Amino acid sequence: MAVNEIDGITNNPRFQELVRERSSFAWTLTIVMLVIYYGFILLVAFGKGFLATKIGGGVTSVGIIIGLGVIISAFVLTGIYTQRANSRFDELTENLTRELTR
Amino acid sequence: MNRLMLRAALPAVLLAATASVVLAAGPDIGAVQKQGLNVTAVVMFFLFVLGTLGITVRAAMQTKSAADFYAAGGGISAFQNALAIAGDYMSAASFLGISGLVFASGFDGLIYSIGFLVGWPVVLFLIAERLRNLGKFTFSDVASFRLDQTQIRILSATGTLVVVAFYLIAQMVGAGKLIQLLFGLDYLWAVIIVGILMIVYVAFGGMKATTWVQIIKACLLLAGATLISLIVLWRYGFNPEAMFADAVKIHPKGDAIMAPGALVTDPISAISLGMALMFGTAGLPHILMRFFTVSDAKAARKSVFYATGFIAYFYILTFIIGFGAITFLMNDPSYFKVGPDGAYNKVTSIIGGTNMAAIHLANATGGSLMLGFISAVAFATILAVVAGLTLAGASAVSHDLYAEVIARGRASEQQEVNLSKITAIVIGIVAIVLGYIFENQNVAFMVGLAFAVAASCNFPVLLMSVLWKGTTTRGALIGGLLGLISAVVMVVLSKAVWVQTFGNAKELFPYDNPAIFSMTIAFVGIWLFSKMDASQRAKQEQALFDEQYIRSETGIGAAGAHAH
Repeated sequence: MAVNEIDGITNNPRFQELVRERSSFAWTLTIVMLVIYYGFILLVAFGKGFLATKIGGGVTSVGIIIGLGVIISAFVLTGIYTQRANSRFDELTENLTRELTR
Repeated sequence: MNRLMLRAALPAVLLAATASVVLAAGPDIGAVQKQGLNVTAVVMFFLFVLGTLGITVRAAMQTKSAADFYAAGGGISAFQNALAIAGDYMSAASFLGISGLVFASGFDGLIYSIGFLVGWPVVLFLIAERLRNLGKFTFSDVASFRLDQTQIRILSATGTLVVVAFYLIAQMVGAGKLIQLLFGLDYLWAVIIVGILMIVYVAFGGMKATTWVQIIKACLLLAGATLISLIVLWRYGFNPEAMFADAVKIHPKGDAIMAPGALVTDPISAISLGMALMFGTAGLPHILMRFFTVSDAKAARKSVFYATGFIAYFYILTFIIGFGAITFLMNDPSYFKVGPDGAYNKVTSIIGGTNMAAIHLANATGGSLMLGFISAVAFATILAVVAGLTLAGASAVSHDLYAEVIARGRASEQQEVNLSKITAIVIGIVAIVLGYIFENQNVAFMVGLAFAVAASCNFPVLLMSVLWKGTTTRGALIGGLLGLISAVVMVVLSKAVWVQTFGNAKELFPYDNPAIFSMTIAFVGIWLFSKMDASQRAKQEQALFDEQYIRSETGIGAAGAHAH
């Protein structure tokens, strides 16, 4: 790619919009995942009593529900990202490439 | 049948993939006798091998170009790739190791599954599509995109080979021990069979065969684990509360199995292990390679999404299987080594060690047919994982070291692929020899070490070269090397190696996992030495960032880079 071509793309508002939107979305989700996971690890290390609390009158503990919640959250977060990337971000990318090839 | 004694190494080996901490926490298992020949298992495994060899023959006929060999011609669909990725992750160690951990301590098993799973969202958000947009066959393609080809490829190929070597030794030794126990086959024969089959898959069928072997195995393993879980839940009217209540009544630890136990006591070790598992996933070469087998970034994203679903589902199954093993097995003396007075320890006396819990449960729920099926699947699992590792190692040698560094891009595609095939054969032979040498060694730390190196060398170099404009060759090289060396040194000085393997009295590094320190060293090293790099080359490399940035974000400029 020639230098002016590169500058043309990096200064293109469509490119900037795509990159800004996607990177803030991806980093937000990354931080959400880190907070959920390390929150869980800290609970395991410091909140054993809380995790051992029983739900209802049964034997199932809060820890089991939270643990399953962390597993499901990982799946849901990847789903949210994939859904948005495959629609919104790909559309932005297509608009950009269409404009550039015109 | 000669009576070989299985040493306490078996549980250690299988737990290896659940990282070294488990070893310290794992129960002590006594010696176990080798089992008689399991005919159902052998027949089913034979069918698996026959089927996969058929696929290899077909794949070999379709594999012509380098893109076919390394990346299955980019013709793998997102769904198929997801199964293959999940298959790479669902090793025999995580199936048997985690269900065994749940059997022994309940809730603690869940902590491990979660650590292994949460790396996937990070791979998706930060790595997957950039890798797909920038790379061709290996992650070194991406790391060296705008940096010095020779130096960065040597570094990332070294990172790849170190990870592959440690992972492979642990898998080979685990395979030998497991097969000896399940099939009644001698250790050496088991290792040789695994080694030869993986050479055949990789050298003849390339990525296409390696992927299909992994897909078939993933389906078999998911099907088997689902069936066992359904039988367990069926007994409790599909009410998990009833299953937990029964388990609490039967398990010697009682209600303690529903809450965190002794596994995580020190938060630094816990966080460090979490970092190794989370970011190590994003630096495992055999997994990163899989993003080049799909057609575009969209398919790469979908593969991670589906794969996360499969892996999450699989870990939920291992949790049910662990609890099923508690309720189905613990009151049945036939699964335990019973003392002369009829007494047995409900956890540690289980035949073959706690890692055999899932295997015994297969027998308890579905008789010898299910036992044979699950044993065959466990063997197939190891085979598929080592094949993927071999391909990653062979690509690092042929594509990165030979084609780009030694031949400086002048090698023909055919020469490169031929060298890759030869390397696969060499790696297979080396793996057999190492498997034999390490038979009675403690290799439990090796998978933990592989994850630590992946997180401390491959991942920082990859991430920084793609995301930070300031990264220079010198910075990436020194930082990556520091990460690699510090991870290895800290593991060697930790309890698992310094005390348990070398027999020294006291460990010199107090934590089980180095990632929190070695990752910091790598990132700070890359940043610092890039900042200090005022060379002409550094300026050129930084100037090239924008072009790489555009391509990594949009795929523009990537057209034509792939042969498909």
